[in-house]
Amino acid sequence: MAKVVESKKACTVNPLKMSQPLGACYAFMGLDNCMPMMHGSQGCTSFGLVLLVRHFKEAIPLQTTAMNEVSTILGGLENIEQAVLNIKKRASPSLIAIASTGLTETKGDDVDGYLNLIRRKHGEALEGTEIVYVSTPDYVGAFEDGWGKAVLALIDAFAQPCAREDDRVNVLPAAWMTPADIDEVRETLEAFGLRANVLPDISGSLDGHIPDNFTPTTLGGMKMDGLRTLGAARATLALGARMDAAAAAIEERCGVPYKVFDRLTGLAAFDDFLAHLSQLSGRPVPAKYRRARTQLLDVMLDAHFWVGGKKMAIGAEPDLLYGLAMTAAEMGAEVVAAVTTTPSRVLEGMPCDEVLIGDLEDLELRAKAAGAQVLITHAHGRQAAQRLGIPLLREGLPMFDRLGAAHVLRVGYRGTRELILLWANTFLADEHVNTPNDWPLPEASVQAAAGGGCASGGGSCGCGSSAPASGTESEMAG
Amino acid sequence: MDARVSAKIQDVFEEPACEHNQNKSAKEKKKGCTKQLSPGAAAGGCAFDGAKIALQPIVDVAHLVHGPIACEGNSWDNRNSSSSSSSLYRTGFTTDINELDVVYGGEKRLFKSVREIIEKYDPPAVFVYQTCVTALIGDDIEAVCKKASEKFGKPVIPVNSPGFVGPKNLGNKLGAEALLDYVIGTEEPEFVTPYDINIIGEYNLSGELWQVKPLLDALGVRILSCISGDGRYKEVAYSHRAKAAMMVCSKSMINIARKMEERYDIPFFEGSFYGIGDMSETLREIARLLVEKGAPEELKARTEALIAVEEKRAFDRIAAYRPRLEGKKVLLITGGVKSWSVVAALQEAGLEIVGTSVKKSTKEDKEKIKELMGQDAHMIDDMTPREMYAMLKDAKADIMLSGGRSQFIALKAKMPWLDINQERHHAYAGYEGMVDLVREIDKALYNPIWEQVRRPAPWDVVAA
Repeated sequence: MAKVVESKKACTVNPLKMSQPLGACYAFMGLDNCMPMMHGSQGCTSFGLVLLVRHFKEAIPLQTTAMNEVSTILGGLENIEQAVLNIKKRASPSLIAIASTGLTETKGDDVDGYLNLIRRKHGEALEGTEIVYVSTPDYVGAFEDGWGKAVLALIDAFAQPCAREDDRVNVLPAAWMTPADIDEVRETLEAFGLRANVLPDISGSLDGHIPDNFTPTTLGGMKMDGLRTLGAARATLALGARMDAAAAAIEERCGVPYKVFDRLTGLAAFDDFLAHLSQLSGRPVPAKYRRARTQLLDVMLDAHFWVGGKKMAIGAEPDLLYGLAMTAAEMGAEVVAAVTTTPSRVLEGMPCDEVLIGDLEDLELRAKAAGAQVLITHAHGRQAAQRLGIPLLREGLPMFDRLGAAHVLRVGYRGTRELILLWANTFLADEHVNTPNDWPLPEASVQAAAGGGCASGGGSCGCGSSAPASGTESEMAG
Repeated sequence: MDARVSAKIQDVFEEPACEHNQNKSAKEKKKGCTKQLSPGAAAGGCAFDGAKIALQPIVDVAHLVHGPIACEGNSWDNRNSSSSSSSLYRTGFTTDINELDVVYGGEKRLFKSVREIIEKYDPPAVFVYQTCVTALIGDDIEAVCKKASEKFGKPVIPVNSPGFVGPKNLGNKLGAEALLDYVIGTEEPEFVTPYDINIIGEYNLSGELWQVKPLLDALGVRILSCISGDGRYKEVAYSHRAKAAMMVCSKSMINIARKMEERYDIPFFEGSFYGIGDMSETLREIARLLVEKGAPEELKARTEALIAVEEKRAFDRIAAYRPRLEGKKVLLITGGVKSWSVVAALQEAGLEIVGTSVKKSTKEDKEKIKELMGQDAHMIDDMTPREMYAMLKDAKADIMLSGGRSQFIALKAKMPWLDINQERHHAYAGYEGMVDLVREIDKALYNPIWEQVRRPAPWDVVAA
């Protein structure tokens, strides 16, 4: 079990971490006809927008309250008011979702209070558009925290008790899950006759589909109706430790029981998930999953030759890190360096000695010291991998130098299968070809065979003067 | 706000060499070039972003961002500025301040960070960027940099351009001011020649400078300092010994060009590497200024000879595309001078420009566009994404050339698109670049996918 330590450095070098408001706005992108907005200077939005555009190769709806130094000091009421009215006029979304930033949190804007004033003043003009707010200062936590807080804020704002529907299940995906992952979970639930109500659902908005018309807001995702009827589910399934609080909040508000799955990657982890669905639905596990399971078993058998004993260095946010590291350990690989961005209860359970809350410089140095054979982190690891001379496997966000970020699958038997094959193939491609010089004899053995004395001379090392057998023995003892 | 930043901003706003400014009343001038942003309908980077864009291409410097994780963590290593040597500029350094720093101040963390960087990476200089939060809590980065410089015996340069003082363009100029105040004129080159020039405001995106450098090399013209693309700290520090300077079109660093003329008597001209005519005009201007400053007269004749050969070589290659591109309609959405400088080359290939954006263009730019495209030139001031989409969907244009931001508007309308902004992966400068641009347009227009993606699925075709 791992010890969790924080980096002692004053200067972060090559950040692994991204900021809370970006994680929050990313979560808001999983809501249909929504306009996410950062309450901060326009750069806060611009950086986040560019990052997500480069990751998904999609238009990203993300607005800004465009704070300047005067409005910051005087307070952002006017800017939020104007922004909300502007967005309503130009895009008329169902939801305007606001995340604060370091700038407006340092000033201490009372956004909840502002929104009350704005709703009172412009009630009629804003009809048909809900507004939600989450507090996410940049200087606290990380991307994954922002995601979790945004989901919690949505539940606090909209979840209410309502009539139970027996086949409905709430699903709260982890921040790292791709549209493909969410589709896989939804299809799995459907195979048990369950309907998934996914919050947030980026599979509807960021899966790269081509809409019939131009729209400036999100192109799909959970609808407002889905938010309001979270209480109708028979259960909530939280798919990552970061979603603990959100799942508990639905139970508290609406009496929907929940279960948290810390990961859905790995054989045992998905076994547990299917067993739970079987119990929930009262149906047996469908044949297609039984088949997928044996396919995974076969891949594990084929791949263990290549993955077993390999040294991996992994840098990722806690929920993703945990799934990857556990799967690596279950394949017999060794996690020699693990770096993450923010505290989480899953870190202590990591299959390594230590988890560092740090940056990519830390990961690079640790990978080097431990002789890691592969670097697993987001695309920013490319410079480190190049310096280390080992392959980089891109996991998580951002992945700006490869295509298909939306279609990467890491959950379920299929996702685990793909992940293990990727690892095995990486090592296969990198396989060492033996050469005549790969197994040199130690100097002592060479000397012994030559009939000479010990290399160190004088017999001080204690080896016999000429007998080859005793030389070999002392070598073994050493 | 910090009085020093505020004074700097006024100084930058009063830039006399800026044509935007010359056309303004005294009152308008005071308001400066920061258009009041409209909350909820704004796009674009902040002043910190602008300063970083302007200075980060100095490749051997450690660029340290003093602020919370968002400013560097969400944005690092995201530009294509190329280096021929050090890659230190691509390393992300940030103080990543936490809640306690916000309460107690981040100056100590900043000082320690500078020390860690110097101990581990030993760069010739550290640039420290101020951000909104650390400005708001009153961290004095000038004082910390001064103390760090003394303590470590190395230049530690404050770049005071927090995001909330204005847009990207203002940040470009504030970044430039940091060079003027702390870097330029602090070192001496080993030797000088009558052929030494500075190139100001060129960021070597996708290595574009290297499409131009062979031309200058061939003429014996030396780039003493490029500010800032593929730049080295010491080159910037001794750039005051150049004989002449070229200011690259965008005006993003006009203050460096003008103040270096004032302080060091380095004449400059405004030129562009985009477009064949522009490239030639740029070479002529370089030769003219160098000769004026004492270089042998024969440089002009050699320049003309090179232009003649290179123009012919480029036009011959572009003409080959004419039969395929004749009459194809282009929508050109880009900022400022680039609009008209690219228009000429596209017309040479037979392309028809159906519209061009003039959002960031000056009056003079607009005149040039009219000259090139006729009085009825379709100039677009501010096109909403919805309008762009409609224009493409209705096939009023065959291809859109724009920045990455509007890429998906074109692609989702199933129309060809070409990236001509900072994040692009192709280099379009000089004679070579224009040939490449035309080749890329041809490649995009004639790709077989367009027909396939526009064809409806068989089951969507209503039976006749």
